Amino acid sequence: MKYIEYADILENTEIENTIYRMTLVCPKIAKEAKAGQFVELYTGIGECLLPRPISINEIDAKNGRITIIYQTVGKGTQYFSTLKNNLKIMGSCGNGFSIDQNIKKSIVVGGGIGIPPLVELCKNIKGDIEIFLGAKTKPILIEKLSEFGKVYVSSDDGSYGFKGNVVELIESVKPEGEIIYSCGPKIMLRELSKWAEKNKIKAQVSLEERMACGIGACVGCAVKVKKDGDWQNLKVCKDGPVFMSDEVIWDD
Amino acid sequence: MINTSVDICGIKFKNPVTTASGTFGSGREFADFVDLNRLGAITVKGVASRPWKGNNSPRIAEVYGGMLNSVGLQNPGAEYFIKNDIPFLKQFDTKIIVNICGHSIEEYCEAAEMLSEADVDLFELNISCPNVSQGGITFGTEPKMAEKVVSSVKKYSKKPLIVKLTPNVTDITEIARAAVSGGADGISLINTLLGMKIDIKKRKSVLANKVGGFSGPAIKPVAVRMVYQVANAVNVPIIGMGGILNYEDALEFIMAGASAVAVGTANFNNPYATVDIIDGIENFMLENNIKDINDIRGIIG
Repeated sequence: MKYIEYADILENTEIENTIYRMTLVCPKIAKEAKAGQFVELYTGIGECLLPRPISINEIDAKNGRITIIYQTVGKGTQYFSTLKNNLKIMGSCGNGFSIDQNIKKSIVVGGGIGIPPLVELCKNIKGDIEIFLGAKTKPILIEKLSEFGKVYVSSDDGSYGFKGNVVELIESVKPEGEIIYSCGPKIMLRELSKWAEKNKIKAQVSLEERMACGIGACVGCAVKVKKDGDWQNLKVCKDGPVFMSDEVIWDD
Repeated sequence: MINTSVDICGIKFKNPVTTASGTFGSGREFADFVDLNRLGAITVKGVASRPWKGNNSPRIAEVYGGMLNSVGLQNPGAEYFIKNDIPFLKQFDTKIIVNICGHSIEEYCEAAEMLSEADVDLFELNISCPNVSQGGITFGTEPKMAEKVVSSVKKYSKKPLIVKLTPNVTDITEIARAAVSGGADGISLINTLLGMKIDIKKRKSVLANKVGGFSGPAIKPVAVRMVYQVANAVNVPIIGMGGILNYEDALEFIMAGASAVAVGTANFNNPYATVDIIDGIENFMLENNIKDINDIRGIIG
């Protein structure tokens, strides 16, 4: 069940340059939310008619709260960064990660602003976790994710950790694991998918696409997925955002 | 007591509010937010005789005052729709309008024939989608073609046939008249305006399809004007749509001559939009001592 709530904002602070963390009171959404899902944020301003899909960073069902981490990239997110009191949100949307509790060793991979949902994911994984984070410069949430396992870090410009992208970092470390969970830019997920296939490890990838409704009605956020020797367009908002990497057709 | 019910081609809607095809799925997607029993009718997403894959992503771009889409009528086909969506919709006390699309006259007819056996109330013939290369809009811009496709589908259609028009024409009344002379029982308008948005950093169009349909509040004045013109040109019921966000917008369409209105892009901005508009119309009628919604239809003359 999805809900619309007028959430009180407990916190809305800039944690890195242009990146904000917001904690929202939304008991109904928090109660049903799971790792890898997202919420739709409504601006209420005419100029930004469509809600903004933002991944859930952490869920505190007991206290009825969720935390999101977002980057100010346009008018909508810029507007969210100015808010102090409350915000209209809908959720929780999408399928989320499918976490197998019997797996003993998981590999978690995040890129850029795709890193936040990995926190709630890691909280729910039993067994060992190795975490790989990449970004243009220093990735966010390194310290937080260190609570769950060993963190390897890369930056495109070499300003922090391994110089290169996160898939090159993984190739250099050659981790072993039974499953990969990942979220990041599509190009990173595509390369990761190739690495996973080569190393015969199943990978869950959390995709993003431009969307309008967030609930599967408008069919705006299509992703090509294999189907019986053919392919079909599935919806990132409803069938995803998490897909198995070997099912996705990774064209540009 | 006030009367909000309207007659659309012999079908009684409890109120004049329906949904714009493609913005409300098959109703199921909005059932967490909207009591579907409240709606005058549900107009479902376009259905073709066979499944369509639709266009490449990105399919959505936000623009000032609205959005562009180039979904390309992705749909699972009539067979799937009849099996999965109609049983769901029949649980609710509302009318069902099936939007029918096709690449050719034959495909339109095939879909109409398949859906004629289904338990639905009305057809809306989509001869106006800007996002498919064949069919769609090409049938809606040439009066002779419009008349031909409507008269052909009419032969296979056992339901009242509403024809949905595109605004991307020189004279909307010419197409409306052609549709009616082809046998249209009603007219709905407007579909989206053809639009484009360019990402100046990437130096390319935001939409993979390059162009797409422009909807949202910015198109409302164009839509109201066209509904007004068509209402004065033909003698069949009109479902007006285009940028309706609230009850005031809906009433403009009714006063321009529409018997019913469809809420589209507003559903994305506010999932409660349809019900808010129904409540708003009722309150307006009470406050302004309007006993029958039909009394204000086309009142601007």
